[in-house]
Amino acid sequence: MKLWHFNGGLPALAEHKNESVHLAIEKAPVPEQLIYPLQQHIGAPASVLVNVGDKVLRGQKIADAQGLVSAPIHAGSSGTISHIGEQLIPHPSGLSAPCITITTDGLDEQLKPTPCADYKQLSAVELVQMIRNAGIVGLGGAAFPTAIKLDQQGKTKPIQTLILNGAECEPYISCDDRLLKERADKVILGIEILLHLLACEQAILAVEDNSPDTFRAIQTAIKANANPVISVVKVPTIYPTGGEKQLIKTLTGKEVTSGKIPADIGIVSLNVGTVYAIQQAVIEGKPLTSRIVTVTGEGVKKPHNLEVRVGTPIHALIDVCHGYTKHAKRLIMGGPMMGYAVSSDEIPLVKASNCILVASKDEVVTEKQAMPCIRCGECASVCPVSLLPQQLYWNSRSDQIEKAAKLNLMDCIECGCCDVVCPSHIPLVQHFRHAKSALKADQHQKQLSDIARERFEAREQRIAREKAERAEKSRKKKAALKERAAKKEKEAAEKLFKEEQATTNDES
Amino acid sequence: MSFFALILLFIILGLLLGYAAIRFKVEGDPIVDKIDSVLPQTQCGQCNFPGCRPYAQAIADGEAEINQCPPGGEAGIAALADLLGVDVIPLNAENGEEKAKLVAFIDEETCIGCKLCIQACPVDAILGSPKHMHTVITAECTGCELCLPPCPVECITMEPVETTLATWQWDKPTPSQEKAKS
Repeated sequence: MKLWHFNGGLPALAEHKNESVHLAIEKAPVPEQLIYPLQQHIGAPASVLVNVGDKVLRGQKIADAQGLVSAPIHAGSSGTISHIGEQLIPHPSGLSAPCITITTDGLDEQLKPTPCADYKQLSAVELVQMIRNAGIVGLGGAAFPTAIKLDQQGKTKPIQTLILNGAECEPYISCDDRLLKERADKVILGIEILLHLLACEQAILAVEDNSPDTFRAIQTAIKANANPVISVVKVPTIYPTGGEKQLIKTLTGKEVTSGKIPADIGIVSLNVGTVYAIQQAVIEGKPLTSRIVTVTGEGVKKPHNLEVRVGTPIHALIDVCHGYTKHAKRLIMGGPMMGYAVSSDEIPLVKASNCILVASKDEVVTEKQAMPCIRCGECASVCPVSLLPQQLYWNSRSDQIEKAAKLNLMDCIECGCCDVVCPSHIPLVQHFRHAKSALKADQHQKQLSDIARERFEAREQRIAREKAERAEKSRKKKAALKERAAKKEKEAAEKLFKEEQATTNDES
Repeated sequence: MSFFALILLFIILGLLLGYAAIRFKVEGDPIVDKIDSVLPQTQCGQCNFPGCRPYAQAIADGEAEINQCPPGGEAGIAALADLLGVDVIPLNAENGEEKAKLVAFIDEETCIGCKLCIQACPVDAILGSPKHMHTVITAECTGCELCLPPCPVECITMEPVETTLATWQWDKPTPSQEKAKS
């Protein structure tokens, strides 16, 4: 199969996969507490369905999707709801957000799953509804509700190509690789469901060429399945080839332009973990309550690939890995390139968490002293989105965010390639992250001021109307008074006239 | 001959211009809308005009300077200067000083339900009825502080706005990270 290239990227990034890639997936024990942030996906937070003190079983829905772009949340084990309220969430801000906490009872009873014998009897709409109800979101890290990607209703462009993303380009992470090695047959089954749902012509599963074992495992599974439209492709190991738009470019040569989504060019792209979750949901009837996570780095004694209940606090996973080493310096959620540091190991894992990196001092790259930009242009040549990082840097640094936005700042995927190659060690991505969040905050402020303007104008109008009404009322009152006075006068005059007439009659 | 040709041309063009002036007449004053959209819509009146739109009108009419809006601050002045093509001038201290946005909070224990603050609020962000405690709709409050002076029991305080996930920003790299070690 012919492959294309995206701009730039880093072919020689240290992969650090060997720490964990050989470790088989183990099941992590159910922790004492499971914590579920209501917002662990893109879109509106889920709305709580349970009360404190309620008993729940594994697979029971504890929060439901609110609006279209949202996803429900299911209990990961049996137990009692012990707390509903603010708790620390995995977010770079270190802020708290509403969460549901379950104190588990150790019995791990589950709601009886409703397996589906023959998904081919189900319509696309029913399948999408099933996937939505199972709370499935993109498990590659973006956590976008999958059902929306798959829903073809009201879309004009038919989907031709289904891309399955097994190119785990970020260093250290090996959860998708292990999944494909061990459960390739189930992933292929998941692909079959998606092919039936989307009615598309081809499915391409992409893996990086640095893991031949995985490639062979998938080939075996595809052979056993014997569906000619599913193919597996080795893509060159160039960071960030696992980025959605980068992988689409590599496989099809098509570019998803700024502000568009893959569906606009007839492509749906899903992470292989998501596909596995879809298989579990549709065929076995189990909602998304667990995922595979890589716990690695020099800061843990024994790295692991773990199948973990979503909601497990990080410290419970560290315990499975025999605790911290003395090198442990920083906890990173996600990989070293695109992940973010979290402040505490009380923070739970969410659906999007694919890796816990307990980094040592050597693994933290941001400590270097930044020097002035020498305008070498290296950052632009590695940018996989073909942006101009140098120009964006000037604008972000001087708070000219509007100008940066015009240079497509929002298309930056924060992959960190420019950071790595910058000879002056300028923290470019940090500048871009700041500028992006400032831009978002500005837009939020703009919305608020638009509302304030509307309310102010509505009030002005109301006051003017009330004033006019009052004026009208007093005018009417005055008119009525005048009329009454005039009437009285008239009556009096008439009376006088009659009396006068009577007297003249008498006289005559 | 050429004289008449020119006269004819002038008449035709004059009619064309006259028609265009009627046909493409712009309603209202677009520059006021543009200025208004740059202003922060706090409606606080610190600019000495009764709201953001009157101030925008005054700027457009040349009756006010662009540096009378403390909530807009330096960034607001820069945006106005950019829009109007004038020089940036520092904020007029007589109008107040730039500070972080606050929202009003009513101590419901102390509130006597006099309704005076409701009448003062320019964006109808206070809710309550006579002789019952009032409360501020935090999401709608612009932090204009106009409710503070009318309150007879001084039960309204200004509180800092809590950072939410929608307003949170990544730290900007500090200059110390930027400067070279010499």
